[in-house]
Amino acid sequence: MTTKTQAFMNWVDARFPMTKMWEDHMAKYYAPKNFNFWYFFGSLALLLLVLQIVTGIFLTMNYKPDADLAFASVEYIMRDVDFGWLIRYMHSTGASAFFVVVYLHMYRGLMYGSFKQPRELIWLFGMLIYLALMAEAFLGYLLPWGQMSYWGAQVIVNLFAAVPWVGEELSVWIRGDYVVSDATLNRFFAFHVIAVPFILVGLVVAHIIALHEVGSNNPDGVEIKKTKNADGVPLDGIPFHPYYSVKDIVGVVVFLIFFSAVIFFAPELGGWFLEKDNFVPANPLKTPEHIVPLWYFTPFYAILRAIPPIWESQFPGVIAMGMAIVFLFFLPWLDRHPVRSMRYREPIFKINMFIFIVSFIVLGWLGTQPSTGVLSELAYRFTELYFAFFIFLWIFSRERSAKYYITSLIVMLSIVILLDVLRGGDADKVAMMMKTFLIPGICFSILLVVPARFKSWAQAKPVPERVTS
Amino acid sequence: MKKLIATLLVSLIPTFAFAAGKVQLEEVEINLDNKASLQRGAKLFVNYCLNCHAASYMRYSRMAQDIGLTDEQVVKNMIFPADFSKEKEGKPKKAGELMTVAMSAEDGKAYFGTAVPDLSVIARSRGADWIYTYLKSFYIDESRPFGVNNTVFPSVGMPHALWELEGLKKPVHGKGADEQGHEKLALGFETVIPGSMSAAEYDSAVTDLVNFIEYMGEPAKLVRYTMGVYVIGFLFLLFIVSYAMKKEFWKDVH
Repeated sequence: MTTKTQAFMNWVDARFPMTKMWEDHMAKYYAPKNFNFWYFFGSLALLLLVLQIVTGIFLTMNYKPDADLAFASVEYIMRDVDFGWLIRYMHSTGASAFFVVVYLHMYRGLMYGSFKQPRELIWLFGMLIYLALMAEAFLGYLLPWGQMSYWGAQVIVNLFAAVPWVGEELSVWIRGDYVVSDATLNRFFAFHVIAVPFILVGLVVAHIIALHEVGSNNPDGVEIKKTKNADGVPLDGIPFHPYYSVKDIVGVVVFLIFFSAVIFFAPELGGWFLEKDNFVPANPLKTPEHIVPLWYFTPFYAILRAIPPIWESQFPGVIAMGMAIVFLFFLPWLDRHPVRSMRYREPIFKINMFIFIVSFIVLGWLGTQPSTGVLSELAYRFTELYFAFFIFLWIFSRERSAKYYITSLIVMLSIVILLDVLRGGDADKVAMMMKTFLIPGICFSILLVVPARFKSWAQAKPVPERVTS
Repeated sequence: MKKLIATLLVSLIPTFAFAAGKVQLEEVEINLDNKASLQRGAKLFVNYCLNCHAASYMRYSRMAQDIGLTDEQVVKNMIFPADFSKEKEGKPKKAGELMTVAMSAEDGKAYFGTAVPDLSVIARSRGADWIYTYLKSFYIDESRPFGVNNTVFPSVGMPHALWELEGLKKPVHGKGADEQGHEKLALGFETVIPGSMSAAEYDSAVTDLVNFIEYMGEPAKLVRYTMGVYVIGFLFLLFIVSYAMKKEFWKDVH
């Protein structure tokens, strides 16, 4: 640095901790040197946040939040605004990409135990970001004012109507009208463009501050701060900048290749990113045959529909859907096993994880299908698997006695059977229940009989002192 | 783990089966690079469709520019609906204006039983194959107000707007039955009144028209594929450079 720039920096540093911030968060933030593929998604999520905000600003310059004008204004952007179509596709593809990236980011945390002590707050902030992101996506999806926008919003807002006693008033209060209307569009626009992004950015800052306070976890789940050199630098740590900044650039470029492939060659991605029905303007008098939320909500939508109503109230389904997300918040306190990374966790943990991921994907698929007969029954069974994952996490927090495993199995299967009895139904339904009972039956049995019978399956491997390459 | 990623990716591959009705749709060959076809399609569109149907998100000038015509050509030959708004009572439209029509939604309801849909983005909601098959599937049905019905869209309110080109045909009721033993509604059609075009000419005309409607659904399609090739090509170059940079920086990390 020349003396002049040095003098300028000194002037700034005396007034604002510029150099300190740069060093704390970039040049002297020591990250473990063994980050793998899964560690790209944090920086990619940040990239997408910026991309969504920037493209969003340009979209609002031409978008009109008015029930009579909204649909046409989107088409105006698609045709008459210079590169409007590109900005719009970046924004619509960016929304789906954001969820792809965030789901993979969360999965990474799950695999390597990144949510565990002392990183609970990072996880909680992250979960709040995920929640805000879902709100943001839902609010934004109404804005093009197509059929799916309209009826999707109608369905989701009606969920609030299922709340006992105050539900009706609550849903009217949210919509600002008795049906989704211009008033709803205007307030959703306000929330989508100002309120939620504001919250999102704040949460992201908190997420990163918390991360940089405790330091990053890594695929081995080893605490790198335990072994430091004379200068107090972790032996297995490397400065975020330049090492991870240059590495993340490679990740960004590879991501952009996939991202551009969608934007330029398949912006609708066969209906997964932009639904066909959303090219029909919203019509409050014409319900589409088949209302499907966008793919990132479908696992929760499947759970919502899988729970049978009680006393003709859909409320239990709404509660189950809410709990599906609430349980994730409690991961740090459910999984108390001292070993963080899946690499050194007991085999039975990996099977539990595998069943969970499969359930999540199957539920996601079921959420796109009509909720009828066997599909609805399957959704119920995979919902049971989804929730059982958290119970197993708690059971596998340490090695238990054979008796403990078998008792747990009996208790869990009894609950499943009890719920089936409560669900009831005609002969066909009962026959189907008995067949699909095999799904939780087999999964639970494997997860609890195996560790009871073969001790080694419930034993974690020794964790190395230092990170492996 | 690799298997998991694979499963995840496979599940994202479009497998959406949209309710496509019962009729087997014919495939239409879309070629947006064929400017002559787009021009012929535009001609058919403004002559036959753009009287009841509007394309109110589309501008004449945008169309002119994209399909290789001048504004003057379009104003002279293709703008038929006059502007009946209060200020411009009956004056012809200008090239920069939207492809609206005088008929209102209420008029549509009165004349056809339902508001006439706007066709700007119809290709994106229905798909080109549907429109192609639909335009070829009108048949004589005396019970309908306009004397025609459609196998793709049963009891449709629309008359056979292209009848003078295609002629009118009646369905050939099935000798064969389907798997359940029901007699099929129509195994094929038989021309009753010939139109001005042969069957092959009509197919080609409808292909042009659908080609144009497909273009109109997303004018950006004309440019985005080419642009995409350049963008991704650039990103590949950037990948080589950024990967080399990463390698260089990471040399000393062991």
